[in-house]
Amino acid sequence: MNQDKFVDKYQSKWDGFEAWLAQKARLDIKEGQVVPLANDVPHIYRQLCHHLSLAQSRNYSAYLVDYLNQLVLRGHQYIYGQQKVSSNSILQFMFVGFPRVVRDEKWLVLLGHLLFYGPLFAVVAVIQIFPDFVYSIIDPQNVEQIRSMYNPDSDYIGRARDADDDFKMFGFYIYNNVSIDFKTFAGGIFYGLGSIFFMVFNGLHIGAVFGYLIHIEYGTPLFSFVAGHSAFELTAITLSGAAGMKIGFALVAPGRKTRGQALKDSAKISLQIMYGAMTMTALAAFIEAFWSSKTFIDPQIKYTVGIVLWVLTYAYLLFAGRQYRKPATRTPAINNTDNTGTA
Amino acid sequence: MIIDSYRTVETPEGVELALRIAGPAVRGYAWFIDFLIRAAIYMALAFVFSLIGDFGTGLLLISIFLIEWFYPIFFEVRKYGMTPGKKALGIRVVMEDGNEITLQASFIRNLLRAFDFLPFLYGFGLVTMLCNSEFKRLGDISAGTLVVYRHELGEAVDIAKAIPAAPAVPLNSAEQKAIIQYAERVPNLNPERSMELANILSDLTKAKDHTATTKLLQYANWMLGRR
Repeated sequence: MNQDKFVDKYQSKWDGFEAWLAQKARLDIKEGQVVPLANDVPHIYRQLCHHLSLAQSRNYSAYLVDYLNQLVLRGHQYIYGQQKVSSNSILQFMFVGFPRVVRDEKWLVLLGHLLFYGPLFAVVAVIQIFPDFVYSIIDPQNVEQIRSMYNPDSDYIGRARDADDDFKMFGFYIYNNVSIDFKTFAGGIFYGLGSIFFMVFNGLHIGAVFGYLIHIEYGTPLFSFVAGHSAFELTAITLSGAAGMKIGFALVAPGRKTRGQALKDSAKISLQIMYGAMTMTALAAFIEAFWSSKTFIDPQIKYTVGIVLWVLTYAYLLFAGRQYRKPATRTPAINNTDNTGTA
Repeated sequence: MIIDSYRTVETPEGVELALRIAGPAVRGYAWFIDFLIRAAIYMALAFVFSLIGDFGTGLLLISIFLIEWFYPIFFEVRKYGMTPGKKALGIRVVMEDGNEITLQASFIRNLLRAFDFLPFLYGFGLVTMLCNSEFKRLGDISAGTLVVYRHELGEAVDIAKAIPAAPAVPLNSAEQKAIIQYAERVPNLNPERSMELANILSDLTKAKDHTATTKLLQYANWMLGRR
């Protein structure tokens, strides 16, 4: 068939399909809402693909082949398009999906804990014996600043605050802390080394701050400040590190897949861990900004709240989303001819 | 071996879709445009928020955080894979199989941007792109995405109009492109040279010299869909 006849014969179908595409794009269709087409869309799409193949094999003009190619490409994207996220799936992820993913990666999560808390506690211990060790990790000006921030005699813990300040600090904590999580994760692509570095570095630094403040007996202001938000923030760091190590180790030990495939697969899982870590850090920022620095709240209350949050965090990660085995039920007979012969 | 930046994807219907992959230069320009847009937004926000004191500073910090990390994700997922910079340069982000980018893939490629940006201005990203046959940076490799040209249909560069005529025999796409490119070059060639080239195809056009040139122009017009 020559090209002109071909075009004349099918142009109306192509126009119909194009109108459907335009309508779909314009209305930003919500899931499930159907945009009607005269015949059913998959059928028309398959015909369109056939036409494209014909045009290519019959060497019709480049313009026509391009046009059909574009039409097929756009149709392909709508027909094989992605899932929209529903609110139900978000809740499902929060209460079931995320804790399960964390438990699936328990060895990496444990390793993350080791790499972070190990240096942290080690440095705290060392500083009690060799107080000057703090200067190997933090420079003297910053040490002085930390000392003044946590002075038990002052009216406030941390930085000077009023209500506006709280929100400013909230903004700062979001900006600073979530970025740390993201960078810890991104560093993992370098065979996991970036994540390891970030976790150890943060562990050392936080350990130095804690160790120094404990040594000069500023423990009460320190712990009453950090009690509330530490559960979420520190756990999020270890989770981000675990997520980063997962993608890095996929490159080191891809198992039976190619490195590229292993990387892609592990990235999808790691990302789920990051969603959770991100949220936890945002919550921690909120608590840190609006609760932690309030000196009018009795330290005992803050310690209690802190301990509760720590317990809750780990209870959540360890137990949320577990399926408990139901007692076995008898399968009902499909028809009445079962062996027991009951009437 | 043909060195080309086309990647063909076979769909379940057995059709081959052609995607033309965008290289580091155009992606770099697109990034720069996005960078300027973001900088302008930050300056505007900084000005506005400075008027409401510390609360404003908090808002500013949160806004900068959100925009810095989530600006590309928002545009890639909601706007057909195109940030404003990419849209301006006619490229977009797609999955490897030609589908629109998923939220998950967008997150992965944009979080890993933090690493691709090192040591400065996408050093590692650039090296990876150059070592990769599909110009993928680390974020693209991990997420399974590609950056391709949007491939808008348009007429080729000014070709002199002529009454469209189909060639006597069907020509395959490479041959058609050769004739179209000849027609694009004709204004820059002197008449003797264009006739010399046109005479190569005298068996096809059944003509010589000036008539052959005209005939080839007519074929080119036809191939471009002019009626």
